[in-house]
Amino acid sequence: MANFVQQVVSGLASGGIYGLLALAIVLINRSTGVINFAQGEMATLSAFLCWTLMDHGWAFWPAFAATLFLSFGGGLLLEAVVIRPIQNGPLVGIVILTIGLLIAINGLTTWIWGGAAKQFHGPFSTAPIRVGGVAFSKQDLGVIVVAFVAVGLVAALFARTRLGLALRAVAVNPLESRLVGIRASTMLAVGWGLAAALGAVAGVMAAPSLFLEPNMMQTVLLYAFAAAVLGGMESPLGAVVGGLLLGVVLNLAGTYVHWIGGELRLAVALALILGVLLVRPSGLFGRTALRRA
Amino acid sequence: MKAKPIAFGLGVAVLVVLPFVLNDFRTVQLATVGAYFIAILGLDILTGHSGQISLCHGAFMAVGGYTTAILMANHNVRDLWTIPIAAGVAGGIGLLAGVPALRLSGLYLALATFGIAVVLPTILKKFEHFTGGSTGITLFGKPTQTGHGVGVWRLTNNQWLYVLTWSIGVVLFLLAWWLLGARFGRSLRAVRDSELAAAASGVNRALYKVLAFGVSAAFAGVAGALFAINVAYVSPDTFPIQLSLYLLVGAVVGFFGSIWGAVFGALLIQFLPDIVGVFPHVDTKQAGPTTFFFGLVLVVLMLVLPLLLRLASRISNRGYLGAP
Repeated sequence: MANFVQQVVSGLASGGIYGLLALAIVLINRSTGVINFAQGEMATLSAFLCWTLMDHGWAFWPAFAATLFLSFGGGLLLEAVVIRPIQNGPLVGIVILTIGLLIAINGLTTWIWGGAAKQFHGPFSTAPIRVGGVAFSKQDLGVIVVAFVAVGLVAALFARTRLGLALRAVAVNPLESRLVGIRASTMLAVGWGLAAALGAVAGVMAAPSLFLEPNMMQTVLLYAFAAAVLGGMESPLGAVVGGLLLGVVLNLAGTYVHWIGGELRLAVALALILGVLLVRPSGLFGRTALRRA
Repeated sequence: MKAKPIAFGLGVAVLVVLPFVLNDFRTVQLATVGAYFIAILGLDILTGHSGQISLCHGAFMAVGGYTTAILMANHNVRDLWTIPIAAGVAGGIGLLAGVPALRLSGLYLALATFGIAVVLPTILKKFEHFTGGSTGITLFGKPTQTGHGVGVWRLTNNQWLYVLTWSIGVVLFLLAWWLLGARFGRSLRAVRDSELAAAASGVNRALYKVLAFGVSAAFAGVAGALFAINVAYVSPDTFPIQLSLYLLVGAVVGFFGSIWGAVFGALLIQFLPDIVGVFPHVDTKQAGPTTFFFGLVLVVLMLVLPLLLRLASRISNRGYLGAP
């Protein structure tokens, strides 16, 4: 029983990271209709930025704030420079372009920081706390709390602010939102900026437990896709709940189904993606999209 | 005279002359280029002509490569005969993959095939007794190798590999050329451009989309088999996710929808590290710079390609990606 609870708790902790990255993916998907394959690598790049600032003697929180700011700016810039020119082209073209970004950013981080894993001291202690035979750390709790704070902020942004309303309007109908005076292109850029900042949160939260190296988020990206798909691809809450659920399911499957073990975790995530897409494409929280043939 | 047969004749002439001019090392590099060429032909058929994206052609290559390796190492089948079997196995898996793909739109197909490419190495590692796990399967010195490490006829082993790969490459190119010009290719493009219009004209949309997956995967299977024969070794790291992504880069370089460009894509995958090394302050022994430039090439192409295509279609007045 203690083992069961232990697996659930550590599953929730890794699930928080999947959820955060999934949140970033959902944000871009929701505001631009694109799946950003470079999201994981952007998160890794942000984590490296934060690490570098801390390496230069900055304390964690100022470095984190600066990283968020820089990532937001980077996301804006990326949208303006490479996405906007082909924005009106076929979606698959934009997806292929984000794959190019994935490769390029991965190469860039390897080029600048080298392939060796770096120790990353996050804000939360990773020392284990034991409660009734179950071990967890402040880091684990911190990740889950941060995930929920992030989803709360995103939800509030979309539901309560004029900016959020404009973001949603552009996502639904760029042409008509322009007619009512919203700058559609700015909104799309803001969507990318926000996603980059959220990805930065995911990267910085993942770095203490995964160790910082250029391929850190590569498998996390697939888990985040699974979480986003599970949550319905356009629901922020769905992404985080999907992430937590996925973390728990993977841990339990790895522990109690012996032929899955540690090695087939990725395969389980893929099976989940395919299963959800084929059986219930709107996921747990999404709405069914209607379209004319 | 038509331009295309002339170009084809010139290309074959170059292929025949090259091994006499180049040293052994370059020859075996070009044999690998041949394997990439075949895989990119397959990807062109699928993505360029039927409009279905695949980020897992490296995985289809792995299916072919492992089929060859397992047959050669454990079942005493000569390497040449494993190639059609590899094509069949990969093609069959491609057909199977094509069925669920019918239900996925472009974005989600990209996501699902990306997942397959990420997951495949872990599955290869898991079923150790079959695939040799992380250590892989060594084919070097196996009696089923035709070259046997010493060469065939009066060719060196590397020249033999070159001849083998490119003979098959040329044959498959002709096959693709014929297929895409025939009813098969016309149907694929009709479905790509408008499923509704194609269906209204009596094209069986599901059949052709699934067939495209099968044919394309069979090409990749042959490529994987030749890759395994050339390197005489397969392991999960022979077919990483990067391979699938680089094949996509290669296919985009070769202009989607034109099998004629495939050779440029294949050359780029093999020789980009050398090209990147020309820049000052770039150390190609590191993985980073080469990877970075691969990505950069893809990003820049995606930005420039629409302009080029618009220009080209205006010049030839043919419509985007029109002719095979």
